[in-house]
Amino acid sequence: MSMGAELAGHVEGVRFTVNGQQVEAISDPATRLTAVLREEFALKGTKVGCDAGDCGACTVLIDGAPVCACMTAVAQVEGRSVTTVEGLADNGTMSRLQRSFLDHGAAQCGICTPGMLMAATALLDSVPEPDELQVQDALGGVLCRCTGYRRIIDAVMDAGTRIESRGKGVGAAIPRLDGVPKVMGTDRFGDDVAAADTLLVRVIRSPFHRAGFTLGDLKGFVAETPGLVAAITAEDIPGRNLFGVIPPFADQPVFATGGETRFKGEAVAALVGDREVLLDLDLAAVPVSWSERDPSMTTETAKTTAPMHDSRSGNVLVEGFVARGDIDGALAGAAHVVSDHFATAFVEHAYIEPEAGTAFIRDDGRIEIQACTQAPHMDREAVAAIMGVAEDQIVITPTAVGGGFGSKIDVSIQPILALATRITGKPCRICYTRPESMRSTTKRHPARMQVSIGADAEGKLTGLRFDGDFDTGAYASWGPTVANRVPVHASGPYSTPAYRARAVALHTNGPVSGAFRGFGVPQAAIAQETLFDRLADACGIDRLEFRLRNTLRDGQPTVTGQSFRTGVGIHACLSALQEPWAQARAAAAQWNGDNPDSPVRRGVGLGTCWYGCGNTSLPNPSTIKAGLMADGRVRLHQGAVDIGQGSNTVITQIFAEALGVPTSAVDLFIGNSDVTPDAGKTSASRQTFVSGKAAMLAGLALREALLRQGNVSDAAEISLDHGKVVLRDGGAERQVDPAVMAADADGFVLRVAETYDPPTAALDGNGQGEPYALYGYGAQMVELEVDRELGTVKLRHITAAHDVGRAINPQLVQGQIEGGIAQGIGMALMEDYQPGRTENLHDYLIPTIGDVPEIESIIIEVPDAEGPYGAKGLGEHVLIPTAPAILNAIRDATGAVVTTTPATPDRILTAIRAAQA
Amino acid sequence: MPQMRLTRPKELTETLDLLATRQWHVLAGGTDLYPAHVERPFRHPLLDISGISGLRGIEPADTGWRIGATTTWTEIVRADLPPAFDALKAAAREVGSIQIQNAATVAGNLCNASPAADGVPPLLILDTTVELASAARGTRQVPLCDFIQGNRQTDLKPDEMMVALHVPSESATGRSSFVKLGSRRYLVISIAMVAARLADGEAAVAVGSCSVVARRMAGLEQALAGRDPAEPWEKCVSPEHFADLTPIDDVRASAGYRRDAARTCTIRALEEIAS
Repeated sequence: MSMGAELAGHVEGVRFTVNGQQVEAISDPATRLTAVLREEFALKGTKVGCDAGDCGACTVLIDGAPVCACMTAVAQVEGRSVTTVEGLADNGTMSRLQRSFLDHGAAQCGICTPGMLMAATALLDSVPEPDELQVQDALGGVLCRCTGYRRIIDAVMDAGTRIESRGKGVGAAIPRLDGVPKVMGTDRFGDDVAAADTLLVRVIRSPFHRAGFTLGDLKGFVAETPGLVAAITAEDIPGRNLFGVIPPFADQPVFATGGETRFKGEAVAALVGDREVLLDLDLAAVPVSWSERDPSMTTETAKTTAPMHDSRSGNVLVEGFVARGDIDGALAGAAHVVSDHFATAFVEHAYIEPEAGTAFIRDDGRIEIQACTQAPHMDREAVAAIMGVAEDQIVITPTAVGGGFGSKIDVSIQPILALATRITGKPCRICYTRPESMRSTTKRHPARMQVSIGADAEGKLTGLRFDGDFDTGAYASWGPTVANRVPVHASGPYSTPAYRARAVALHTNGPVSGAFRGFGVPQAAIAQETLFDRLADACGIDRLEFRLRNTLRDGQPTVTGQSFRTGVGIHACLSALQEPWAQARAAAAQWNGDNPDSPVRRGVGLGTCWYGCGNTSLPNPSTIKAGLMADGRVRLHQGAVDIGQGSNTVITQIFAEALGVPTSAVDLFIGNSDVTPDAGKTSASRQTFVSGKAAMLAGLALREALLRQGNVSDAAEISLDHGKVVLRDGGAERQVDPAVMAADADGFVLRVAETYDPPTAALDGNGQGEPYALYGYGAQMVELEVDRELGTVKLRHITAAHDVGRAINPQLVQGQIEGGIAQGIGMALMEDYQPGRTENLHDYLIPTIGDVPEIESIIIEVPDAEGPYGAKGLGEHVLIPTAPAILNAIRDATGAVVTTTPATPDRILTAIRAAQA
Repeated sequence: MPQMRLTRPKELTETLDLLATRQWHVLAGGTDLYPAHVERPFRHPLLDISGISGLRGIEPADTGWRIGATTTWTEIVRADLPPAFDALKAAAREVGSIQIQNAATVAGNLCNASPAADGVPPLLILDTTVELASAARGTRQVPLCDFIQGNRQTDLKPDEMMVALHVPSESATGRSSFVKLGSRRYLVISIAMVAARLADGEAAVAVGSCSVVARRMAGLEQALAGRDPAEPWEKCVSPEHFADLTPIDDVRASAGYRRDAARTCTIRALEEIAS
């Protein structure tokens, strides 16, 4: 270290107050205040999302003013007063703002919540009754990726008003059951669980898209550097240096081998050591030599370069295909045909919590990993193979997850943590930096799509042809799923007599593309939905009416030849928009007519979606275990990971309803991979449907077991009362006393475990079959204005009608709709991940609180025969219609046809001028 | 434990003495320094100037206005200043977020010398000079337009620090406005931005994010000075006036778009003043 010797004498700490308490920090005075609060004082409520002032999760108050603690040297708070989220509650009682966040559903994953609360507290201190603009100005510096901000705005504006009881059981808009720790700042996320003095792990990564590399004497480097404990390379991996979410396609090494890295950010080694020493280390000084090689960065070059993976000629990972009817004849014979080429960008998940966790050797000698994840059992399987041990030798304990959206299904930190703790024998922790998270984890696939759609003179669809190349990056991840899902969905929820869709996932030296809310379907919907508007215009039919004429109905075959007897809800969704559509169109026309000289034009656009819930034609089971404990409480082992979407609440509501008790009678238990059974991954909009169905079956089974104990009829009422189970059946009352019953290893005196696997059937060579047991549906309408001189867009209002079958919890449904729309807005207008260029949250833009307009959610309930209480999935559906609806509204306002996303101001302006020419 | 990496002097003279002894990272608001060190350690110790009395605040002087180097953007927003400073205040509200405005300083914005620094165009139209001080040579005044020399390059010598900004009385006149164009509402780095000031038939216009250093638009200013008040702004503000800009293509926008948008934003800034 080259620090000034003249400074070395200072030993006095920095004195300041935290939440009213006098403290003295002994950390180096240049240390970020975030690190001092979190590491020295164990105040983990202040979150770190970027260390760069871009996300605001670390907002604290210094002498009452909000600042980012990540950019404040601890020395700068000498003598000042710091307030953190831990200081908001009064003796454990939530402040009214915290209460309001909980009541309004303003916290989903909860990672941004402390920052939001602190910024809002400062506002309310000076403006007790702020208007919406004041709230936006005050909270504009805190990013949220889950909520879409609207509930947060409401929570701040209504901070004084309590929302009282909202019903019970299925259908009740109760606040999320895991919400209190989120608003109190006490929830424990991936980087919040490490004990003090846990060793840190940092990863050495390729600085080039493609490079040759040689590892130098890393062990020697460790020996020479005080504070470093170990270097880990591929040679240290006891099992298989390979992972992948779909086992037959597993192709990604934990650490690259063969002297070549395939994408910028690929790991080659890791260092383990004292936290402060490692954070102070310039990783460029680590002895690894690199030689940059020519990369293949597009799906076009992928087709002509040597295969990156031996068995995949032409760099084709997977080609998905669905065909039905005579597409050439259908298009040739159509009265109107529209065609175009579309291109989308890499989209980054941009959860505010970077990948983080801790691993240690348990007393029983096994490795336990506590980390943020969407798929604990898949993590266990992957880590066990890498460590060369049986699966039961690895324990995965999910922490709270600060957003996932698909990327935290894949392993990232888990194998590296397992190796580090096994090699050092000590607890190890890791937390990716924001750039590292963005570089090394998965993205949404960029798509290049050529699409043609035909209609007859009456505006009935005759056929649709889709050809798409999807950039799957260097490794497989969920590329096969995207390639298979897209052809199944590219028709949209419309009756399409002739159809031919091909989607190819191609390897490039780009970042690994994987799962991201919608698995390729949002990209395909941009093409289909924007062409629908042009086709409707060509037919001379109103754009909503055109869609209504062509919607799938009960009993009609989808493009895979599957037909549903009930539950096809798209017609109901579009019908719900008819009146808003007519009004919005008239209002826009009126405004445009009244303001002919304004550079601003208003427009209205539609988008729709369908989305199959669960794996595509593959087994997809969930198991839910529950039982009666000796103390008379009911415990629900809830393995469907809640990444903010609400499965902890929804699964509990379903289970409680089936059991016949209030949700408050059920203790939610997350546990770990030892004791909580596999409820599958949190993806594919499957948890409410698949795990929910398993929870319903478990609830019914436990109910039956209890009733049998009391020998009462099915009509009996169950209540839990001071350690006893009381069964009331007509006039009869029976008691079950669990205290006298034998408890098993889990503490259950009565236990049930139920598994549900949705019925699907394989697709044949033409993609015909039954890929999903159910689909969910939706339609959205966007009202916006476009500045014709600058190409900028201001969203004015969004109306979203989504068919969820049955809204288990309407507040969570609303939260999903608003959050999905916010991500759709980002995809449409601003998000463009360019490896090497936008690896932070100021060059990679996601919507802020000022970019999401008022959203009216219309919940449609067309019950599904298969889903629990009729429920369908929702998580991914909500994002799909937004981007095409925005593009359609831009065209409606200006005539501009934008076929490349994001539709940035310069792309829109170029399209406006092309339309004017 | 690592050696101490930060010192926090209370007095300017002490600070200047320390500056002369070795290389430092000068820390004030921290909003550029810390983000620049997300994945790499500090090479030098930090010299925190945020605790120096007298470096902070805005005060009228005989010859104009003096803005202390460590004055924050929030303090600019709240200061009682004549309408010529409206552009500066508007820019202050657009610097990052409230959290950043509460910490970030005016001098930091200038010394960081980003082509997209929000503070530069509004200070350019006020003919701002910066006051630089060193232990060896005392103080010197440099016009802001000469101080920033390139992307992240300034005239600041290793032993010097900026102590204040000066806005001359004769430039603190008239009315001003600021237009920032970005792809989202908050926390955004501009695609283009324009500050404009009109006073007694004189015009000052500066454009940022469209060249390596934000710049005054001399040709346009001349045309505006001789403008017939009845002439529409878009006629007077011609594309040729923006021909000297050297915008780049980047992830935010193309060069051609930036040049075009600079003109549109200029017209809007002028319209706003006139309205």
